Amino acid sequence: MAGAAGEQHGSVEPPPAIELRGVSKAFGLVQANKNIDLVVQPGTIHGIIGENGAGKSTLMNILYGLHRADSGEMYINGALAPIHSSADAIACGIGMVHQHFMLVPNFSVLENVMLGSEGGMLLAEGREETLGTLKKFADEYGMTVDAEVLVGDLPVGLQQRVEIIKALKGGAKILILDEPTGVLTPQEAVSLFKILGTLKQDGVTILLITHKLEEIMATTDTVSIMRQGEMVGHRATAETNPEELAELMVGRKVLLQVDRGTSDPGEVNLSVSGLGCVSPHGSSLISDISFDVRVGEIVGVAGIAGNGQSELMEALAGMRPPSTGTINILGQTITADGQSDPQIMRAAGLAHIPEDRHKFGLVLGFEARENAILGYHYSRRSGDGRLIDGAAVTAHCRELMSAHDVRPANPQLTARNFSGGNQQKLVIARELDANPQVLIVGQPTRGVDIGAIEFIHKELIALRDQGAAILLISVELEEVLGLADRIMVMNNRQQVGIITRAEADEQTLGLMMAGITPDKGT
Amino acid sequence: MSDFALQLLLTFDATLRLAAPLILCAMAGIFSERSGIIDISLEGKMLSAAFTAAAVAHLAGSPWLGVAAAIAVSVALGLVHGFACITHRGNQVVSGLAINILASGLTVTIGIALFRQGGQTPPLASDDRFRPITWWLVDGINQIPLIGTIYRELISGHNALVYVALAAVPLSAWLLYKTRFGLRLRAVGEVPEAVDSAGVSVYWLRYRAVIIAGMLCGLAGAYLSTGQGAGFVREMSAGKGYIALAAVIFGKWRPAQAFAACLMFGFLEAAAARLQGIHIPLIGEAPVQLMLALPYIMTVLLLAGFIGRANPPAAIGEPYVK
Repeated sequence: MAGAAGEQHGSVEPPPAIELRGVSKAFGLVQANKNIDLVVQPGTIHGIIGENGAGKSTLMNILYGLHRADSGEMYINGALAPIHSSADAIACGIGMVHQHFMLVPNFSVLENVMLGSEGGMLLAEGREETLGTLKKFADEYGMTVDAEVLVGDLPVGLQQRVEIIKALKGGAKILILDEPTGVLTPQEAVSLFKILGTLKQDGVTILLITHKLEEIMATTDTVSIMRQGEMVGHRATAETNPEELAELMVGRKVLLQVDRGTSDPGEVNLSVSGLGCVSPHGSSLISDISFDVRVGEIVGVAGIAGNGQSELMEALAGMRPPSTGTINILGQTITADGQSDPQIMRAAGLAHIPEDRHKFGLVLGFEARENAILGYHYSRRSGDGRLIDGAAVTAHCRELMSAHDVRPANPQLTARNFSGGNQQKLVIARELDANPQVLIVGQPTRGVDIGAIEFIHKELIALRDQGAAILLISVELEEVLGLADRIMVMNNRQQVGIITRAEADEQTLGLMMAGITPDKGT
Repeated sequence: MSDFALQLLLTFDATLRLAAPLILCAMAGIFSERSGIIDISLEGKMLSAAFTAAAVAHLAGSPWLGVAAAIAVSVALGLVHGFACITHRGNQVVSGLAINILASGLTVTIGIALFRQGGQTPPLASDDRFRPITWWLVDGINQIPLIGTIYRELISGHNALVYVALAAVPLSAWLLYKTRFGLRLRAVGEVPEAVDSAGVSVYWLRYRAVIIAGMLCGLAGAYLSTGQGAGFVREMSAGKGYIALAAVIFGKWRPAQAFAACLMFGFLEAAAARLQGIHIPLIGEAPVQLMLALPYIMTVLLLAGFIGRANPPAAIGEPYVK
């Protein structure tokens, strides 16, 4: 808020607004944050960039007291701050705008802003003051919102405005924004960044969490890069460039050797043209995607996570209806106004290995044999198509398990009790058993041990050689480079271009992932 | 005053007496459910409180001590529900059901152990229960036609707990809509994350809600055995807790509307009692069973969307996990 900014400027350098030393946090076996150090100078906009799942949100939730760090120290304005709850964080002058808004939809704007700082036992006591706060934000920052409107009736951009007011109302000088533009239209995003600029001039320190390179380049003073729970670099924005950031985010890893052999592409099995999807809020999720996948080839989709790959995959799998364009599977066309659901896609000859096997691939509480017929339970696999024949299901699962090396080969074991790699092999076994002409596979080796990775890669190559058209979506660059015959790169929910494997090297791909179209390629 | 009007007035009078425990329980349900905790244990808490109130009133010779003990027992059960559902994130329906079954069995068991009267408490002496309070000036106002009768029959002459029930409605509304506690309570049943992120404890808020619910159920139970009745009879709550829950839903989780629903349900019961065995022209025998079933039928219709819409608190039934 306005006021006390800049008073401390004397001969002495002010202490950093935020300093984290050796912060670590694990959720069960997953190490979400490893030994994080971070220094943010007061009155600056500091970006934290990383792929989805890199640990950015966890780190911010620790800073805001929603999670508790396992180890490490936090200093706010130079003083050790033991932040154990949001109340502590608020007392330290930290406000946070969450990725998913913390708003009560059937409360008015006024009630939402009052919540947590009502000004007394009775609401009447704090009402005038809160109205004053709202007016102040309207006057000073142009953040006008009607106090009496229900928050649920506001467009997303204005809801976010309420969130920002909530975060700053108590005089917070540190503002954390977690993926603030994810739900905004481009116009709303412009207006948000204008507001952030004004806040910065008032001495507010802003932490901007995002996976969008262009936002970092356009708005921040300094940037820290996270990858797989670790801080991998700190840069002054003026001294870096999108390519370097992209490379840091994705990282270089040892290239896994895959014996790809040679591909012999034939006719087109999957053809996508002008495909676009919009969210229920009306914002664009992907637009204008066109490509072909032919018999006997693997087309890889590369890109920094969160640039539309998941949505593309969902559209192809029938989980998300297209809003424009067409999908053609073996001559059967799915259009924007037509029907699209996973059963239709499957009947057309498409199999789908989802990115998130826990959410979309398996029912963790079901036995392996039950999981092995999911989605195919109307077919001969489970009996006569009406009643489920337990013995047949078990036998079928046992067959799959031995063919695809799922261990332990126990059809009655609950899916939850398999390791990540074996869960994934079970999903792959189920999908490959349908003998698909077209396979879409997402993050096939995420959270899978090295032995299983090799096995899975070999299976994909074998399927290709049998004459399937495969679309592989992976954020692991070396996986795409290792398996794909052609590579499509996505950035900002659109395709940047498609290049052949021969043309692709990490540098070219890095540029494309940052949204820079190469000279050649289409 | 015609006979019909007098009959109607007496029915209204009975309505108040029958609605009082419903009102107290419904307010209890509103507090609990608005905080996000499903409370089907209204029934069990009320039954336990009814037994406790009668037993203590009999042993100690004071209805007030009975009420205090009833509230303590009911709050304790509420805390058990809270411990299972808030702290340990258990299933709220299962926990509530467990309390109802526990109450149904335990009241009778302890009753037999203490009094050896088949699970009942001994009939309470007149001094051990809440008696009707005759208001001032009844004799004077009684002289005025109509108003006098209404004053005498409807307004005056109830026991203290009926007035407590009536006062609970505006008090609950005030607490929910005009205070800091109410704002937070309503928020925690909708978006608990917002409350947590505002630096307010979700758990403590929900615990306070189940404590208030326990207190109100305690009053309702005490009313059954030491106000309306004169002693505890097994299963004397007889589904009133569930009817109160229906009133909460019918009233869309708002005190005033739930109060109206309680009055309506109470009136149906009063009218059913009055019409028992009476022949109504054209209809024949009064459909007493149907009238008693109406609260449930209407609630089902409401939930199915035939009468307006009932939107429960968004986070109801979901344990809060950070």
